[in-house]
Formats: sequence, structure tokens, C-alpha cells
Amino acid sequence: MTALRRARVIGPLVSRIVAALLGGYALAALFSVAVLALPLSKPQAVLTGQLASFAICTGVVIWVFAVRSALKAWIGLLIVAAALAPLAWSV
Amino acid sequence: MSGLHTWAGLLLGWVLYAMFLTGTVSFFKEELSQWMRPEQPRLTQPLDPAVVAQRVADEIGAIAPGATQWSIKLPDGRSNTVYAFWRLPGGGPGARGFGQDLFDPVTGHRVAARLTLGGDFFYRFHFQFYYMSPFWGRLLAGLAAMAMLVAIVAGVITHKKIFTDFFTFRWGKGQRSWLDAHNALSVFGLPFHVMITYTGLVTLMALYVPWGERAAIKTPAERQQLSAELNAFAQAGKPSGETVPLASIEAMVRQAQQRWGTTDAGRVNATNPGDATARIAVTRGDAGRVSMSPDYIEFDGVTGKLLAVHDRVGAAAETRGVLYALHLGRFSDIATRWLYFLVSLMGTAMVGTGLVLWIVKRRAKLPDPERPYFGFRLVERLNIASIAGLSIAMTAFLWGNRLLPVAMAERPFWEIHVFFIVWGLTLLHALLRPAKAAWREQLWTAAALLALVPVLNAVTTQRPLWRSLAEGDWEFAGIELMCWALAALHAVLAIRTARQPAGAAAGRKAERRSPIGTAAGETAP
Repeated sequence: MTALRRARVIGPLVSRIVAALLGGYALAALFSVAVLALPLSKPQAVLTGQLASFAICTGVVIWVFAVRSALKAWIGLLIVAAALAPLAWSV
Repeated sequence: MSGLHTWAGLLLGWVLYAMFLTGTVSFFKEELSQWMRPEQPRLTQPLDPAVVAQRVADEIGAIAPGATQWSIKLPDGRSNTVYAFWRLPGGGPGARGFGQDLFDPVTGHRVAARLTLGGDFFYRFHFQFYYMSPFWGRLLAGLAAMAMLVAIVAGVITHKKIFTDFFTFRWGKGQRSWLDAHNALSVFGLPFHVMITYTGLVTLMALYVPWGERAAIKTPAERQQLSAELNAFAQAGKPSGETVPLASIEAMVRQAQQRWGTTDAGRVNATNPGDATARIAVTRGDAGRVSMSPDYIEFDGVTGKLLAVHDRVGAAAETRGVLYALHLGRFSDIATRWLYFLVSLMGTAMVGTGLVLWIVKRRAKLPDPERPYFGFRLVERLNIASIAGLSIAMTAFLWGNRLLPVAMAERPFWEIHVFFIVWGLTLLHALLRPAKAAWREQLWTAAALLALVPVLNAVTTQRPLWRSLAEGDWEFAGIELMCWALAALHAVLAIRTARQPAGAAAGRKAERRSPIGTAAGETAP
């Protein structure tokens, strides 16, 4: 296997692993802050975000490995992040 | 997806196996603690928690008269000791004194039995390990639990025909049998495995996802508000400096008992005891309610007058309380606790069979079975030490409890050192011996050590198994009978390992016989 072919096989896999590890936690953390924008009391919103974060993290990891390409995985992550970011920012 | 399942499961698999097994044992941590303090007499009849609370409160007042706060965990019928801790006013910040001890519920005095962490060691190891700071230990545990959650979901997706496979178990077929066992164990306990993994993450969620809290909670008042949703500990206010004795704790606990009917009071917390500003909180016990959210009543410590009832938290906090309680299973009666133990043991076996399956699958594909590549050998050796070796190490912990001199300095820590020294030796042994021989020898060693626990106990204490059985001391007898049951389990595994034909050939044959045996196959993600 040439170095180039090797990189073509391993590259997307590494990309997915990074997307799963970083993206999974980042979206979970972002969600836990975005929840604060909901009309809930502060302690309830904080706890809701924490409780749901593990499901979100799991969902992201599964999604990243389920979609057809690493690029699609990243795009999906960015779309969700873009939707959550303004909410998290408003807090 | 199956690649995700395999790698999420394998990379933290050894950590998960240890977490699962020590967690499983922790469902009986109170009973194990009783067994590990053989000098402490067992309780022959239930005690009145109100009387015990008064006794221990008086004793703490004598031991730590200047305490700003103390907390007593009342006996619930599973323990023959009463745990309490107290805070002392310290000099500067960080120098705050902290004391804790076990008390005899009958006399109120400190327990004089040998010093040991007892079942609490496995309990703490289960979520924060040892020889590292609890902070890093808990992060590692969270990472492992998260990997577990991903592995479970990916496993369910990979494994489409759950129910047909559940009823087709093929013994003695190498890889096929390991896969069948792994599937059956996973499917049967699936709801439990998902629950216990998710709730495990919930118990430490404030550590894992602190961002919402950091963004929203800024003032001390908000912090207090959040804390009130989570626990019954009130921060001690400023003492007045005026010394006033506490009112009757017994009467307060009785009042709480009346309110909760048959459910016992679980804890008594005091802030500024002995001061004019004293407050006493009596919290509801775990029995009879599946929630850890705060449910307590507050009294004026000087007059004994009921001040407030705190029995309601918000929906999210209540959800968290229920999930937390589901993980610990402390609400459960003895039958439910056994069910927890058995299904949890199946979860341990699920992780264990998954780890072994990795090896069995790859052995069939090795180009030269005599000279496997480094990764293969590493996984193979780590499997032996973390599965069979852990059984030996955990049993060695019990042996250490009986054999280390009672007066030894730092005794509780040496029991734990014994556990790790023995575990390290099993790894060394696994590295030095041929794999199959290492499995067999370690499984037999575990079986022998477990089988001899009752003998060891009979020789070193005044409470041999026959006496425990005759007196109906089920805490003691239960531990020892369980050791025999586990010894039998290890012996069966040792015999099966010995009977298995040379691994590589068996693996190849199984592969040929079932070319579709790739339900958890190694396909690129």
C-alpha cells in the first residue's frame, strides 16, 4: 500500500474519530448551556441540560459513524452547533 | 457500526470490566463490611433509630464539642455500625478540620473492630479507582461509562435479530459460542445495562458537564437554590457564639418517623450544634422510595420546634433523584438486591465475553498462530489479568483482611495494597506463561482462594460458618456461601478452558462452519 492510499483509507477514519470524540462532547456541552434559554428556573434548566447531555453525546457518536462519509458527519455536526450556538450565546 | 461497537468496547473494556465487577459486589457492601469487621457483634434485633441517633449525637458532642456540623447515618437493618462525620472550625481556609468514625449503635461508643475500609473499598474503586486523585479517577470512570453507552447502542444496531439469536445457543463451538454467550448476556439484561450505565453517568454529571452550571449559577443565593434541589445539606450559618445545649434528637427523629409512617429516618444532620443558632435536619431513608432527591424536615436545634418540611423539588431534580437512586439500588429489599446483583454480574460477563471474543475472532485469522502480532498478545494478556486476575485480587483483599496483623499501622491501606500487589502479580504471571496455561492456572487459583475463604475465617475468627448458620447470621454466612458459589463458577470456567482444543484450530473450524458468523464482525466502520 502506498503512503497516499494509506492516507486515503486512514484519513477519513481519523476524521470520524475526532468528530465523535470532540463533536460528541462539544454538542453535549453546548446543548447543556442552550437549555438555559428555555423558560425554566435556573436550577431546573441546569439539571435538564446535564441529564440530557449523555444521550446527545451518544447520539452524536452513533451519527458520526453511521453516515456515509466523514465530510457529511462534520457538516451535520456544524449544522446542529449553528442552531444551538445562538441559544447558548443568549444566556 | 460494528467497528464502533468493537473498539468502543475494547479500548476501555478492561476498565469497564473492573468497574462492573466491583460495582456488582457493592450492592452488598454493607454485608461485606460486616464480614470484614468480625469483632463487631452482629445485631440480633432491630434497633430504634431515634434512640441510636440520640446516643451517637451525645457521643459526637463529647468527642468533638466544637463541631460546626455533623451528620449521622442511621442504621437501616443492613449494617451493624453507624457512620458519622463532623466538621471542626479550622484556622485559615483549607485548614478546616474533618472527622469521621463508626459507632456502635448499642453502646454509642466508637467501634473497636479491626480497621478496614470494608465493602467501601470496592464501592469507591468502582467509580474513582485508587492511587490517583478522585478527580481524575472519576473522569476516567465517566469516559469508560460513556464508551459503554456508545458500545451498547452500537451493539443493538449491529445486532439486528436479537430474539432469534437469544434462543440459539451453541455450546463448544469456539467463536460461535463466545458470540452466542455475549449476545445472550447482553440481550437479557439490556434494559438493566442501559439503565445502570446512564444512571452511573448521572451520579457524577455535575463533574462531567459543569458548563450550564457555570453559565447560569453566579450568586451564592443561586448556588443555594441549586444545592437545595440536590441534597439535604444546609450550609451552616454564622454561629451566635452563645452556648445552648441541643434539644432532644430522639424526639425529633420520632416526629419524623410519625410523618413518614413505617419508613425510617435515614440521616440526622446538625448545623451549629450547641449554639443558639443550631438547626437539625432529619432526612428520609432510602427504603420505600425510589429517589435520592432531598426529603427532610428541619427543626430548631434549641427548642426542638418543627421549622420546615422540604419534600418537593423540581421535575428535573426529581428525575435526577430517581435515576441516582436506580443506580445505587438502596431502596431495594433483599430480593430486589439479589436481582440487581445477578443481572449486574451478567453485565460483567457481557463485558468479559466481549473482551475474549476479540481474541477468539482474531486468532482464527492469524497468519501464523505461533507468532501473533504485538496488539494481539497485549489484549490476550490484559484479558487474563483483568478477568481471572481481578477475581484473585478481590479475593486476596478478603484474605488480607483476615491475615494482616490487627494492630498493624495503616492497616486499611495495606489491605488495599495487597489487592493491587496481587493484581500486579497476576499480570506478571499472564505475561510470562503461555496464554492457555495462564488462564487455567489463574482460574484455578481464584477458585481455590474463594473456596478456602470460609476455612480462613473459621481459623482466624470466633465466627466459623457452621456457627453463623446455626445462629442465622445471614450476613456472615451469605458472604461465605457466595464465595463457594463463585469458587464453583471459577472451577467450571477453568475446566472448560482446559478442555478447549488448541485455540487457533478451534477458531478456524468454527469460522468455516459458520461463514456468516460476523454479527459482530470486523468490517470497516
